[in-house]
Amino acid sequence: MVEIKIIGNNCPYCIKLEKLCREVVAENQIEATIEKITDLNEFGKYGVMLTPGLVVNGRLLTQGKLPLKHTLVHWLTNPQNPSK
Amino acid sequence: MEIRKELKILGWMIVLFLAAFFLPVESTRFNTAVAATFDLVKWYAREHVILCLLPAFFIAGVISVFVSQAAVIKYFGAQAKKWVAYSVAAVSGTILAVCSCTILPLFTSIHRRGAGLGPAIAFLYSGPAINILAIILTARILGFEMGLARTIGAVAFSVIIGIAMSLIYHKEEKAKREEQMNIMVPPEKRPMWQTAFHFFTLVLILVFANWGRPASGDSQSLWYLLWANKWYITSVFAVMLAFSLIFILRINWLHVLGAVLVVALSAFVSSSPLIPMVAGVATLSLITLLDKNDEENRQWTLSTWDFAKQILPLLALGVIIAGFLLGSSHDNTKLAGIIPNEWISSLVGGNSLFSNLFASIVGAFMYFATLTEVPIIQGLLASGMGKGPALALLLAGPSLSLPNMLVIRGVIGTQKTIVYVTLVVVMATISGLIYGSL
Repeated sequence: MVEIKIIGNNCPYCIKLEKLCREVVAENQIEATIEKITDLNEFGKYGVMLTPGLVVNGRLLTQGKLPLKHTLVHWLTNPQNPSK
Repeated sequence: MEIRKELKILGWMIVLFLAAFFLPVESTRFNTAVAATFDLVKWYAREHVILCLLPAFFIAGVISVFVSQAAVIKYFGAQAKKWVAYSVAAVSGTILAVCSCTILPLFTSIHRRGAGLGPAIAFLYSGPAINILAIILTARILGFEMGLARTIGAVAFSVIIGIAMSLIYHKEEKAKREEQMNIMVPPEKRPMWQTAFHFFTLVLILVFANWGRPASGDSQSLWYLLWANKWYITSVFAVMLAFSLIFILRINWLHVLGAVLVVALSAFVSSSPLIPMVAGVATLSLITLLDKNDEENRQWTLSTWDFAKQILPLLALGVIIAGFLLGSSHDNTKLAGIIPNEWISSLVGGNSLFSNLFASIVGAFMYFATLTEVPIIQGLLASGMGKGPALALLLAGPSLSLPNMLVIRGVIGTQKTIVYVTLVVVMATISGLIYGSL
């Protein structure tokens, strides 16, 4: 079970990141929960300064950037060892 | 059939009918305003889109894709030295604030877990005012002097306001410090100088392609020499861009060579510089989109496209509204808008304390979509606004608006928000007074 959190309010890349996550999850049949954190005051808890931030199983993997799709596939299919 | 929906349609029909029924086509004032709208739209389309906005979007794209923003935010950590945090906060808007939506989250984090209230406020204030697209367009349309005054004003006042806020609230600031942030910085993909080279090549292409005509009669100065040779200089930078594409972005050299040939050919065939620029933009987009080596090159053009999609419609709307309300005036054309000039000059004309204060307050509360402040201020200046109040509006406007005050209030509370807004208004008024009397 992969727990995905997308941190960001309504910036264009935050919306894109959520879409991309749903796409990857569906295409690779990953069992996952996707949650979007939109409260500014919560961002700091995850260590996010630049939106969008992506937290997978409690680990902040990227912020301020839309990850490339193949990177995201790699992260979500190997949530234990996400380093590239 | 839903009654509500049908009634809404009827409502719209009535509104449109009444508008058509009472359309003041006999009024000269109205007709001039309509003519001014078309004139201004045409002028923007001819003078600013191809040579200025298109390259500017590619520059914004470089910033958002190739420049590592995480490398900058480490200076906002709680451990960072204060003066470093302030200076970085005051200038980093150029590369962090390419989209206004990144400012509030970053502001919140700096305030809560990073360097504290002062640097957070400094960033909040300077970010929107010195974003790179805004500086380029201000300098291009309102003049180099105004662009410079805006940049310097924004940087200087962000630090002053930040320090003032942290002094006012220094007790509270001491109390927190427990939660700190650990910021991970991803490794750089290529050396900094390479990214910088690519970036500045694009900036220089933009600068020289838009090099302004010198005053008539001037045929000796350096400015004139650069102007007379501007297309040769631009071509040299275009060749440098081609090298950058091959050696830094590592795009297939055959593709780049093909693009260079197309652009060069279009330059020889046509007399207007617009054609080779369009050819350049088109071939650059094509070769980056077709690139197989590095996904980031594709992302560059895609994010450039995102900027264009986000900003162009709003800017076009801004130009239309400014043209209709305030008229169109450029070069030798002068067409009045629907708002009488006397109103504008009585409110914000000259350089009185009232004019500056009024411009600052209006600017602080009004919402300007990205870049639309430029055509609006251009119209106001032509209708009799003084240059001091114009700067005051530019300094208070983009950084503050009623909606964003409400968000700030949610983060730092009502009292601090009021103090912050007051400081901005006072500062903008003072800087307007100083600039207006220069």
